Formats: sequence, structure tokens, C-alpha cells
Amino acid sequence: MNKVYLIGGGATKIGEHWEKSLRDLFVEAALKAVDSAEISLKDIEAVYVGNMSSGELQGQEHLGSLMATWLGIPGVAAAKVEAACASGGVAFHQAYLAVASGLYDCVLVGGVEKMTDAIIYDVTAALIMADDYEYVAFTGASFVGLNAIVYRYYMEKFGVKQEDIALFAVHDHKYAVNNSYAQYQFAVSLERVLESPNVADPIKLFECAPVGDGSAALVLCSEDFAKKLGKDFLVQVAASTVATDTISLTNRRDLATLEATVKAANRAYRIAKISVEDIDVIEVHDAFTILGVLHLEDLGFAEKGQGWKLLKEGELEKNAKIPTNMSGGLKARGHPVGSTGVYQIFDIYLQLIGEAPNQVDSAEIGLAQSVGGVGGTVAINILRRVK
Amino acid sequence: MSIPASSVPRSWRERIVKYRLIGSKCSECGKTSYPPRNICPYCGSRRQEKFDLPRRGKVLSYTVIRTPPRDFLEYSPFIVALIELEDGTRVLSQLTDVEPDEVSTGMAVEAVFRRYKEQGKEGIIEYGIKFRPLIK
Amino acid sequence: MKPLKKVGIAGYGAYIPMYRIKDEEIARVWGRDVRRTPIQEKSVPGIDEDSLTFSVEAAQNAILRAKVSPQEIEAVYVGSESPPYAVKPTATVVAEALGITPRLIAIDMEFACRAGTTAMQSVMGLVASEMIKYGLAIGTDTAQGRPQDELEYTAASGAAAFILGPHNSENVALIEGSYSYVTDTPDFWRREGEFYPMHSFRFTGEPAYFHHIYHAAIGLMESLGLKNSDFDYVVFHQPNVKFPLKIAKLLGFSADKIKDGLLTGIIGNTYAAASMIGLAAVLDKAKPGERILMVSFGSGAGSDAFSIIVQDAIEEKRNLAPLVEDYIKRKKYVDYATYVRLRRKLRR
Repeated sequence: MNKVYLIGGGATKIGEHWEKSLRDLFVEAALKAVDSAEISLKDIEAVYVGNMSSGELQGQEHLGSLMATWLGIPGVAAAKVEAACASGGVAFHQAYLAVASGLYDCVLVGGVEKMTDAIIYDVTAALIMADDYEYVAFTGASFVGLNAIVYRYYMEKFGVKQEDIALFAVHDHKYAVNNSYAQYQFAVSLERVLESPNVADPIKLFECAPVGDGSAALVLCSEDFAKKLGKDFLVQVAASTVATDTISLTNRRDLATLEATVKAANRAYRIAKISVEDIDVIEVHDAFTILGVLHLEDLGFAEKGQGWKLLKEGELEKNAKIPTNMSGGLKARGHPVGSTGVYQIFDIYLQLIGEAPNQVDSAEIGLAQSVGGVGGTVAINILRRVK
Repeated sequence: MSIPASSVPRSWRERIVKYRLIGSKCSECGKTSYPPRNICPYCGSRRQEKFDLPRRGKVLSYTVIRTPPRDFLEYSPFIVALIELEDGTRVLSQLTDVEPDEVSTGMAVEAVFRRYKEQGKEGIIEYGIKFRPLIK
Repeated sequence: MKPLKKVGIAGYGAYIPMYRIKDEEIARVWGRDVRRTPIQEKSVPGIDEDSLTFSVEAAQNAILRAKVSPQEIEAVYVGSESPPYAVKPTATVVAEALGITPRLIAIDMEFACRAGTTAMQSVMGLVASEMIKYGLAIGTDTAQGRPQDELEYTAASGAAAFILGPHNSENVALIEGSYSYVTDTPDFWRREGEFYPMHSFRFTGEPAYFHHIYHAAIGLMESLGLKNSDFDYVVFHQPNVKFPLKIAKLLGFSADKIKDGLLTGIIGNTYAAASMIGLAAVLDKAKPGERILMVSFGSGAGSDAFSIIVQDAIEEKRNLAPLVEDYIKRKKYVDYATYVRLRRKLRR
């Protein structure tokens, strides 16, 4: 496989963008990415659009062609990539493959989601499409509910208290304060999190990623293309992997393990020739506080059942062992579902080029984990600063 | 808006499995699945037989859905649980005839036939299996 | 009416939902003197229940007791005045849910509170003619009570199912015969499109309930050559507690014969299921050889009377499924607001 470099990125603020459409958001992020990469739109040969529910909530499919049109570059190769909430991470993987294969020299990947045009009950109906419609959505379960089932199981199996897991929300909010494009830029206390109402017991409102609109985009290119640009820093895609697990919880070997994370991460570490100790900064897909804890375990940073200790003991802070979610994570940065995977990689990219809002000293290797469904799909993307 | 995923032909197609709690058993490795599968998720065999699943089980974990998908608004809040049937098959279903504070993991439950939702005011009613605490 | 070939009850089952509302709670809302309420409390269906879901459970209990395989059942007759669809039969869903499809005769019937017993008579005919071997007759209702009306204090929910088959020693009981008395008497009705039924107050007593039950009972006893003393139990349709006690007296039956089959005081009037649940409750207790008189009454109006003799097999079979008492003691009270929500009386 040829080497692939990340040469620019951009993102819109995440929020309730009443006045911006799906295409407005995508174009905004794409232009920021193109400008940051210092290329022209005409250089782009392929466009990948990560999105989960444009059909259900916006009545719009065929996003590849739509965005190519709206960017003024119809003619390029383009497609929508969907893997539930991992759409962004998987779209990036497709973009990576496009360049690594040697077929394309310069590719744009963007994730975009517009959720706020619909009312909460319809958004809830759209999100449960991440699981088996016929036998799981049929029960009336919400996506939050499925994660709540895992949450309760984890607490009972390992004797962990909710307050120790809910800390993830406090952590996310603390760092989002400095992130100008985060949906929520205020800190919250643990009390406030625990006192918020139940959405699906035991998950509290403040333990859930919010609903919002946003788009993030990145430009990937080949070694030749990067050389011609002559940039003084270079970020390489050290590894990009995707794995699936059973779509529903009923067939899982262990309810508290997302095997797709384990598989994709281990393969990525092998490809990048690193071990977890080498990773300087991470963005994990904590759509719910419990997931944050599980991901730390499944990525290999802690033993099963012990992930919550890293959080409680401050090991996830900026200057600690595993700086995590310096962007504010899904809870506070926001989670316009299909775009999140790209936001996370953008955040890692900023860390590696020294322009992140909560900059980790000398960050050289970063990891972004994007998850679809309750771990039905996981995309792991590892970036390395090489120059 | 969008095309509804709930439709008459679809509910009709799924009715027998949902009304009678039908699973599949692998003819080669003997493991069971719900819903019935074409290919065994454990050994990969294509030889699967449909059968009536046991009607009793226990609660492995559960939640209370307070913000439901639109179709279920009228019935909320309600309890969704992951249940392990007597033969080890796991199913996701609702618990009924019980309050959230009466539920505990490990609790014994039995299958009952109940109403899940309607396809709107004029549409058909979708029925299926839920679980309740044992009567006797 | 005696069938040519003898017909027995192979299995029986009942179902009563767990929620209850006390008459004193209904009275509280409407400012009525509690002393003027007819019963103590009545059953209320859960939000995910209806007369169809009741039927499935009652029938399942009957199948457990009958020890027949669903494929041996060739008829499903469902009597109800509150089916979930105005057009689309409950019988087909029940048959599909129980694995009785596709070879069967299925139909929904309506004749107010008598629809279930008329279903029984129809199935008797199919069995006796040997058109089928086993048939399932169900009476089920989630009766609609007009707010503030008399009947709101008693309109309740429940179902009972009977599997009938050719007479043999495996059956829990033998049906000796049946007699029906029918006239055009408008004591209670519901017009198309109306949500709640209408009734004609005191007219529902003597010219309707009492007249039809009396004549059906007398007609049955005469046609079978039986007298009061031949019966150990009597079960009447039970819209409240007073009426059945009064008709029992009029027909010359002592109070102790009626008490086991009179449940309205604590579960309300389950309409098409009422006399049938009463019969099931009696079968839960009766001894082999004892004889039961059951007389239903359906507004419109008509009564079906049956003479039933309990057989030995009852002792072994009655405990194969929940008893009526198991459903009665499983209860949780709701207030009027929750009752209104559960009965979907609120416009949304």
C-alpha cells in the first residue's frame, strides 16, 4: 500500500444550525479543509461523504453526487459512506484506501449530519436503525436504551458505581471549554450530571451525546502530491482499519466487550508497528459515558472492568498518561452522528500539527476511534507526524 | 418526510416468528438463535431448523425507555430487557405487567402475547411476544 | 338441544388482566355516593392488551389443559363486542399465534355478552357432526364504559376459552345439552361509529336479563328432564352481583350454589367472557360427577343455557394452567386518571 498523508482539515461549529442545510454545512467544512491544505478544489479527484440518516431525516440520498455538485466539481468519483455512527471513520477509511491504492492522488473526505430539523421522537426512530430493525427496533428500544442495557450489565458485573462512570461527561465538558467549534463550551459538575433526568435508565441526560448539526472535512493525498506542495510538516495515516461485530447485543460473546474495537485496534497497532504506550493522544467515541470506559479497555489501555479507574485517577487529562478527548469528546464537542468520525481525526490532526485547543506536548502519534451501533462497526485511524 | 419502514407486507412476513417466538437451531453444532438465521453465527453451517423457543427465561439486563421512537410514544415509558431463555438463547424484548422498581437482573420471566404498536391510527396493529414475571 | 354425538370440554382456560380500579375511586371522581356503587372493583387492561391478546392467553391455558396439539384444533370461534378491529377478525390472529393455521374454520361473532357461549354452541355443532375433532370457543371483551354512566362502574375486561371435542374420558367435562332463548329486545346496543354503548336502564332487568335467563334455564331443564336439585353449581351471566343472586332465587337455587361462579364483585363484568369465566372458576373447584348449569345473557337479547357434568379427568388437568383464582389475586390498583389512560378515553 502506498503512503497516505493528511494535508488539511476544517470543521463547522456543532450546534442547532436552523439556517444551514446539509449541503451548506458540508461545503463550509470542505472549503475550510481545502484552504487549510492550500490546494484548489480542482485538485480533488474523489469525494467521500460520511453520513448516517440523510434519507430518513432529510429525504436525501446520493450525497456523493450532491456534494460534488455543490462543491462545483461534478465529475469526480464520489459516494456516501454509511456505517451508522461510524460513518465518518469508515468514510475516512475509504478515502485512505482510495489514495493508498494508487488510483487517486488527492481525495476529500467529509462527514456531515443534520439532525435538528426533526423532532426528538423521529431522531430516536432514525438512530435505532443502527440496530436490527425487525427484531430490535420492533421492541421499542431506543439507541440510548441499548447502551443502558450494557451500562447496567457492566456496573453489576464489575461492581462499579455510576458516579465513577458519569465522570466521563465532566471530563469532556472541561476540555470543550477551550474548543471554539464545540457544541457546549461550559463545564459541568458531577452532581449536575447525576441529577439530570433518566433518558433510558440508568443513563442520565447529561451522560448522552447531544443531538446537533455539523460537518468536518479532511484532505488526503499521495506522497508525490504532498512533495509537490512542499509543506514543512507532514502527517501520515499510520494505519486505518475497520472491523464489525454482530449488529445486535443478543449474539455478543461478552456484553461488556466491543470486539470490533479489539479487532480493529490490534490490527491497526500491528500495521502502524506501535503498542498502546506509543500513543500520545486519543479521541474515543463516548456517545454515552459507559462507552468511554469500555473503549479504554477494548483499545488496550486498561484491563476489562478497570477502565473507569483511568478516568477517576486522572490518567486521561492533558498532561497525564493517556490524554483523551481533548476536543470535548462526543458529549461536549457534539455528535452529529455521521460526521463525528471525521471530527475526531481532525482533532488528532490538530494535535499533531500543534494547533489543538488543549494541546498535548509533543504529540506525535494519535488515535481516533469511531463506533457505529453498539459496536457493530468500529473504525480505528492512527495518525503519525513524520516531519 | 420519509417512507415508513413499517409496512403491511413486512409485518405480515415477520408475524409467525414474532407471534410464536420461533428460533433456529443449527443442525450441525446445535446452537440456537433468535431471530432464526440462514447461516449459523457460531459454526457457519447453512443447515438451520426452525423451532419453538422455550417460553421462560431470566433477565440479564434491562433499561427503561423514556424517550421512545415516535411509534411507541403512547406506550412509554416501558421496560426493554435482554433475556436469556431456558435453553440459553438470548432475546431482546419488552417486560410488561411490572414496574421498573420491581425488576431485577436474574428475575424469572415468561412469554406473553401482547400489542407492540400500530401503524398509525388507521393502520394495522403489530403484535408480538413480551415477558412478564411468572404468575405461578 | 342435545347433539347427536356427545360433546365434551377437553380443556378450558381464562385470563384476567392484572390492573384494578375500585368503584369507590370512580365514585370519587363523579361525586357519587359510594353506597350506590354496584361492585367493589373491576379489572382494567394494560396499555399493551386488548380482547385479542386476552384470547391468546386464555386459549393457551385451554390447550395446556386439553393436552392437544394446536394442529388438532380445526375451528376458532371468537365472541366479542370489543374486538381491536371493526373489520379483520381476531380469530385469525389467535389461530396464527397458537399454530392452529392454516386448516381451520375461523370466525368472529357478536351478540353482546352471549357471543362466547354462542361460539361454544356453534363449535359443539361442528364437533357433534364430526366435521371437526377439536374446536376452540372464546369469549373475550375489553368492555367500554361510558364516563359517569352506571356501566362505567362494572364494565371490565377478561377472556375465557373452551376446547370442545368428542366425548371421552380424557375430557374434563361432558356437555349434556344446550338451550337458547332469543328475542328482539333492545336493552343495550351500540350504533356504528359510536364509541360507547347505550342501555335502557331499568328495562334491562325484567324484560331482558331476567326474562331470557329464566326461560333458557327452564327450557334446558325441561328438555333434559332435569330439576334444580340435579345441579350442584349455577353460573349466570353477571353484569353485577344483585341480578345473578336474584335470578338464582327466582329459579329456586340456593345461594351456596352460585357463589363459586359469581366473580363480578371483584373483577367486574367481563361481558362475553363473564359466564364463561364463572364456569372456569367452578371447574377449578368442582368434583367429578357434579353437575353445573351455566346460563349466559347477551343484550339484544338472548340466553344460552348449558348443562355440564364434571368428569374424573378434571382432577389431573385443572392444575396444568393458571386457575382463575391465580389471575384474581394478581392485582395492582390504578387511579381514575391512569384508568382513563389505559382505556384510551383521552383524545390525543
